[in-house]
Amino acid sequence: MRRRPRVGVVTFPGSLDDGDALRAVTSMGGEGVPLWHAHRDLRGVDAVILPGGFSYGDYLRTGAIARFAPIMEEVSTFAEAGGPVVGICNGFQILCEAGLLPGALIRNRQLRFVCRFVEVRVETSLSPLTEGLVPGEVLTVPAKHGEGQFVASAEDLDRIEGEGLVVFRYCAPDGAVDDEHNLNGSLHSIAGVRSQAGNVVGLMPHPEHAVDPDVGPTGGQPMLASLLSYALARV
Amino acid sequence: MRYRCHVEVDLKPGLLDPQGKAVEGALPAMGWTNVSNVRIGKSISLDIEASDEQEAIAQVHEMAERLLSNPVIELFVIRGVQENPGLALEDHP
Repeated sequence: MRRRPRVGVVTFPGSLDDGDALRAVTSMGGEGVPLWHAHRDLRGVDAVILPGGFSYGDYLRTGAIARFAPIMEEVSTFAEAGGPVVGICNGFQILCEAGLLPGALIRNRQLRFVCRFVEVRVETSLSPLTEGLVPGEVLTVPAKHGEGQFVASAEDLDRIEGEGLVVFRYCAPDGAVDDEHNLNGSLHSIAGVRSQAGNVVGLMPHPEHAVDPDVGPTGGQPMLASLLSYALARV
Repeated sequence: MRYRCHVEVDLKPGLLDPQGKAVEGALPAMGWTNVSNVRIGKSISLDIEASDEQEAIAQVHEMAERLLSNPVIELFVIRGVQENPGLALEDHP
């Protein structure tokens, strides 16, 4: 029988979506493993999720303090060794602050917190969340954030686009990318990016809130299924 | 020696500053229709023990690069490093 991939979910002070992430991993057939920010121990997991929330109250900048949590050293080492690391929302902000992903997230263009379902278009199958998905595919997932506007310097943006590091873009239901459907003013409508090596990925929308058909769209299912098979392939 | 340091952190000029925009949008309603380019940054003050002013500045510079600012989106300047006779925080003007 195939082993269930063990997916660690880190809880920081102020994390909110750790419970949902653990539950989503389990419902998709993996084993959710709670991890604690103050421990230097990944408990032998096959993949790591940094969940959403407001770690350390978003003080200074979103994710700025969390990146120095003891467990982040382990996460960096794990990522350097090729381990799959996924940052969702605040987790994405933490990975950018830690330099594991390019760019940064600033206040939404419209100045308002957004909380609704959005469509994102898959841009590459070379990431732990999109392996096995087809570029162009559109998924519906919820987004809820005040600081999700993706920015980068002109040179970084060129590199991100040139090397195909964009994983998701906000789009219309038919997959068209335009300003009207750019949820928060992100450069090039970027909703998620990956690292150069491809094993670290971050996105603002929440796949972990979109796996149960009883409570809404299920765009998170294919993303988490991809993560589980990606994690298993490395074991 | 103890030094009082002030660091100012601002969003890079090219970046949209939504907070600045919000304030800029509110000012005309109060009669100030002559204001533009409102930018909102951060001011960080700290005391640091160092052997001299140069060392204090060097350390604060490193802090600013690694934690106080994010070089992807922000610029910082160190202002007003002054010898601090050891006043309590509330005594600072």
